[in-house]
Amino acid sequence: MRTIFFILQKEFLQVFRNRSMLPIIFVVPVVQLLVLAFAANYEIKNLSVDVVDYDGTPWSRQLRDKLLSSGYFSLHRQVHNPKEAFEDLEANRADLILTIPRHFERNLVRENEVKVQLLVNAINGSKAGLAYGYAAGIIGQFNRQLRLEWLALDEDDGPQHINVSYRYWYNPHLNYKFFMVPGILVVLVTLIGAFLSGMNIVKEKEMGTIEQLNVTPIRKHHFIIGKLLPFWIIALFELAFGLAVGKLVFGLPFEGNIAWVFLFAAVYLLVMLGLGLLISTFTETQQQSMFITWFFLIIFILMSGLFTPIESMPAWAQQLTLANPVAYFVKVIRMVMQKGSGWEDIKHYFGIMLMLAAVVNSVAVWNYRKTV
Amino acid sequence: MREFFVFVRKECYHIFRDKRTLLILFGMPVVLIVLFGFAITNEIRNVKIAVLDGARDVHSRQLVNRITASGYFTVSSYLHADKDIEPVFRQGEVKMVVVIPAGFSHDFYHARKAPLQLLTDASDPNTGTTLINYANAIILQYQQELTGEVKLPLTIHPEARMIYNPSLKSVFLFVPGVMTLILMLVSAMMTSITITREKELGTMEILLVSPLKPVTIIAGKVIPYIALSFITALTILAMGFWIFGMPVKGSMLLLLLECLLFCLAALSLGILISSLTNSQQTAMMISMMGLLLPTILLSGFVFPLESMPRPLQVLANIVPAKWFIIILKDVMLKGAGLRQVWQPTAVLGGMTIFFLLLSVRKFKTRLS
Repeated sequence: MRTIFFILQKEFLQVFRNRSMLPIIFVVPVVQLLVLAFAANYEIKNLSVDVVDYDGTPWSRQLRDKLLSSGYFSLHRQVHNPKEAFEDLEANRADLILTIPRHFERNLVRENEVKVQLLVNAINGSKAGLAYGYAAGIIGQFNRQLRLEWLALDEDDGPQHINVSYRYWYNPHLNYKFFMVPGILVVLVTLIGAFLSGMNIVKEKEMGTIEQLNVTPIRKHHFIIGKLLPFWIIALFELAFGLAVGKLVFGLPFEGNIAWVFLFAAVYLLVMLGLGLLISTFTETQQQSMFITWFFLIIFILMSGLFTPIESMPAWAQQLTLANPVAYFVKVIRMVMQKGSGWEDIKHYFGIMLMLAAVVNSVAVWNYRKTV
Repeated sequence: MREFFVFVRKECYHIFRDKRTLLILFGMPVVLIVLFGFAITNEIRNVKIAVLDGARDVHSRQLVNRITASGYFTVSSYLHADKDIEPVFRQGEVKMVVVIPAGFSHDFYHARKAPLQLLTDASDPNTGTTLINYANAIILQYQQELTGEVKLPLTIHPEARMIYNPSLKSVFLFVPGVMTLILMLVSAMMTSITITREKELGTMEILLVSPLKPVTIIAGKVIPYIALSFITALTILAMGFWIFGMPVKGSMLLLLLECLLFCLAALSLGILISSLTNSQQTAMMISMMGLLLPTILLSGFVFPLESMPRPLQVLANIVPAKWFIIILKDVMLKGAGLRQVWQPTAVLGGMTIFFLLLSVRKFKTRLS
């Protein structure tokens, strides 16, 4: 016990002595949290529109104003020549062109139907889909309003219909940050856990000091615990710090008991630290260790459901995520913080995480004995 | 000239000797392309929903059938009371609950208005909205089936044309993105590390007192990485073309020249970083935080730039990747020539020259 305590003391001294390490541990994560939370945003707003209005009647102008006042679109410019509008689309100055044909108002009244054209720059497919969805929705709204005004119709007077109402649970204002910030916290904790622990051990190898440690009376498990425990503590501290920043800056909801998050994080970190240890056992230089860790982490993070839902992945990819610790933590932290899930809901994931921790760490320790 | 080639050969030996790093260098683009191509999507497919059917009549059953037949949704459980809703959401599997109140058919035919409620788990707001949009469309279709198509007066039909990417494939976005990321990784990160390694090991001194000129040393270090970058860039293009059908509408020559320009910009950044520090670890951290993260976040590759707050949009202008991605998309998808992309090319060229000059200056001062 005393030995571990001394190694811990040494490690903490080393971490806090390194000038370039301190900002990496304390400043970079906060900056990342702030930048990522604003940057990692799939909300589509401020789409720029070119309007080509051949009609120029009150209704066509109303349609344009309705579109622009929705908050999703902003007018780039109104042109008369469709070619100019298309050039804007080509040069990425406009995302969307709304073309209102000649005699829009007249034909609407006379023939009871009329077409308006929307040209969407679809290079970003999902954005184009949403842009069209918003525009079509707004045009539909305008259409209903027009009908009510012009024909003096009553909504209830219409034909039989299913009246669909919806409610967005757990996030009624659809605040994307409530969804992203807990996920980003997971990434930050992961980076500390996997990167720094692995590199820390490889550094001793690269500098040759590991030989010296090996000939001291320090036992293997003393060494491993002493090497990993500091990062376990730092990462948990980081999580608490990040949660506090999230609460203060973004007003993050804390629906569930935050203790579950920390309990889960504690076990999750064991997995990540074990991974770092494992990678350190079969690499010789810090460069290699960093590259390999980066490779695995980018796969883990992309496949974690952090940015895109796991349910959308094909079956084989979903199977792969069953072995992805990041995916479980992302899921659990969101469940607890946003929905207030409790022990009953997370115990299944908790068990899996414990198992992963046991497997990864025993492989790492086993491999470690052999290499040194 | 001969010495130069010998030096390039030495660099190549260094690169090919480190098998693990090499494997990752070539494995990374393949894995990334496969992940982005197949796994990273926002498509809705087989989303688990729960149904609280208080009516249990013909129409409510038909409606549920329609919803599942679409392929977007699968019913994972039937609920019996309002109080069951909260627990299924909390368990996290079910993303939407369809609540059909008692007397659904009756209301539809007699009150002419049948209420129906869709509850989504909007803890992921985008998925929540998309689910409701999809379900709504299905319900509307079912309603039209029941009533027959009713022609409403005064109808405006919006008619959409999706330009450049009619089937809304996401491949058009991630191929340029992955290419940029890998070129940045190989050119900037690897260069900065390889030069600092010579410094860290003290072999830089030896090279500097040799008859080789400093410019030759740097060029010799950098050229193998340009070759590597080119090979990976071509691999990505080939994979994009054959696996995902990503076209190259513009001139291939122009595209490769632009790649070269971006490689140069990245290399000059790498040289600049290596002139700032003596330790590999710091060089790696700077390239990671200063180059790779902005390349991922602020280039418009993963997250749309338009929806970011203004300061970040302004900041994005100094990220070379942003301009390179614009060029790539224009050349590959729109078939743009130099006339259309001269502006981002000029910006990128300007950046390259600036970084090159800066790094040469920095490097020289270290020599004296």
